[in-house]
Amino acid sequence: MATIRDMMPAFELFQPATVEDAVALLAEHGREAWALAGGLDSMDWFKDRIKRPRVVIDLGGIPDLTGIQERGEGLDIGAMTSLSAVAADERVRSRFQLLADAASQVATPQIRNQGTLGGNVSQDTRCWYYRSGWPCYRAGGNTCYASAPQAMNREHCILGASRCVAVNPSDTAPALVALDATMDVRNRRGTRTVAAEDYFVGPAIDITRMTALKPGDLLTSIRVPADWAGARFYFEKVRDRGSWDFALVTVAAAFRTAGGRIDQARVVVNGVAAYPVRLHDVERLVTGAPASEETAQAAGDLAVQGARPLKYNGYKLALMRNLVRRAVRSAA
Amino acid sequence: MIDEVDVNGLPTRSVSRRTFIKGVIAAGATASTAGTLFRASGGGLFAATALQGTAERLLTLNVNGQQRRVDVLPNETLAMTLRYKLGLTGTKLGCDRAECGACTVLVDGVNHYGCSILTHAVRGRSVTTVEGLQDPETGALSPVQQAVLEGGGFQCAFCAPGFLMSMTALVTSTPSFTRDEAASALSGNLCRCGDYNKILDCAMRAGELARSV
Ligand SMILES: Cc1cc2nc3c(=O)[nH]c(=O)nc-3n(C[C@H](O)[C@H](O)[C@H](O)COP(=O)(O)OP(=O)(O)OC[C@H]3O[C@@H](n4cnc5c(N)ncnc54)[C@H](O)[C@@H]3O)c2cc1C
Ligand code: FES
Ligand code: FES
Repeated sequence: MATIRDMMPAFELFQPATVEDAVALLAEHGREAWALAGGLDSMDWFKDRIKRPRVVIDLGGIPDLTGIQERGEGLDIGAMTSLSAVAADERVRSRFQLLADAASQVATPQIRNQGTLGGNVSQDTRCWYYRSGWPCYRAGGNTCYASAPQAMNREHCILGASRCVAVNPSDTAPALVALDATMDVRNRRGTRTVAAEDYFVGPAIDITRMTALKPGDLLTSIRVPADWAGARFYFEKVRDRGSWDFALVTVAAAFRTAGGRIDQARVVVNGVAAYPVRLHDVERLVTGAPASEETAQAAGDLAVQGARPLKYNGYKLALMRNLVRRAVRSAA
Repeated sequence: MIDEVDVNGLPTRSVSRRTFIKGVIAAGATASTAGTLFRASGGGLFAATALQGTAERLLTLNVNGQQRRVDVLPNETLAMTLRYKLGLTGTKLGCDRAECGACTVLVDGVNHYGCSILTHAVRGRSVTTVEGLQDPETGALSPVQQAVLEGGGFQCAFCAPGFLMSMTALVTSTPSFTRDEAASALSGNLCRCGDYNKILDCAMRAGELARSV
């Protein structure tokens, strides 16, 4: 990626103080507006001159979007809560360690101090063809450079490809899907609640977006229901280097067990598709089964059925299989 | 709350961030943003500066304990403002992409990448750069500076200001820490000379010095 060290192109900046004002501004400026959270994804796009919004709406001055509220055993996490705050929160750690683990493995301390949970789940893909400004399908063009014969696609998808082969880069996304979280999305017409599993969309649903957010939408809070509080969790992120790096493959799993048997399970994998993939078949397979090596093996094999590697990412198949096995083994 | 100081350095009233929406035009010096939501709370900020014609861009930043009046573009990052408007060139720009840590500064005591935060987003917050570590009155070095001076923790030292800021965030937020904890607290700073072991020695020594004062 070309690195340009001068100013970002100009934009008009708004710093609303309330959710109402932010929603009004987003509605007024529609496609020309860009919601700015921590800015760590946003500013790359601006600096590289690939996305050039006319209006930027900084959400950092809206107190109502920050903080964690209890709702019974469940938690409502404001979209602008920093990843550091999520990772350090005692209630998150004691009830939903899975989410704390995920948040604490994002990038670097500085990025976690500034990056927000809402931004982390709404960030765009890191496919470098797309991010370098190539006119690919995702950018509104009519080809995918990452699946061309000469393409370097070691980090790309093995599941869910539909013209585009990009993957979702978020560490917290698979954890939130596993926890059955929901997202509150507000726009001028009202508030809607979207299940985390539906919040993330693949190219077959919308090739230009990673999430269910449309122009004018504001993600206000991420709700983690009580259901999985205190369950057995497994989170593992595999990456090339121990800091700063996006996942190659990540697994996030939750189990309820009794007497060595798995009663309930959520198994979600990220880094393998444009959305965190909840493995419904694997969950069905392990539910009611003993938390044994045999179950783990079978779960891993089933997990990768239908996976189709590209030229350079065949290793992701083995990685995904083994991570799912490790997750199931952890329930023993 | 932002304590506003007018152009003559005289304090005016405090303006709450909660009560106004701010529109900033990058190119123009116009005070009104035609057709956009614009609500000022009875003057205050805007009344004090409207005459200047660059009303929305003139900010008062709290940098190293001083109130600094500065004209900031909406698309300007904190590292740009510090280096090129306020002359605080201790803060380095390496990658300008949140990928090296050379630009690390403290915002309300927490380490952030100065290259990846808008200056307008730190209004009303306190910013500390490497120039602000020394005691302004006595000139005494901070525990982190003292430890680095003793340990000679860097080679070319381009990365040093960023590391010093992350170390400062660590020693001020954590009374005691292990070497592993120091390594993860400093894992958002890169050293191309690869001097990590000596840098970690300095971080551990800085912890000792901070505990002994
Ligand atoms: C060098 C580097 C390494 C990284 N490594 C990792 C990693 O290992 N794992 C990982 O998970 N992430 C990683 N990230 C991403 C990081 O976590 C960012 O914090 C995240 O992508 C964006 O969060 P943000 O708060 O900065 O949001 P922004 O960049 O401000 O926003 C991201 C996107 O979401 C939209 N958005 C944000 N909040 C809202 C909202 N409330 N309503 C509507 N839209 C919204 C914005 O419009 C924008 O399109 C990395 C980033 C960098 C720069
Ligand atoms: S210059 Fe900011 S992280 Fe490299
Ligand atoms: S001492 Fe040279 S980059 Fe760290």
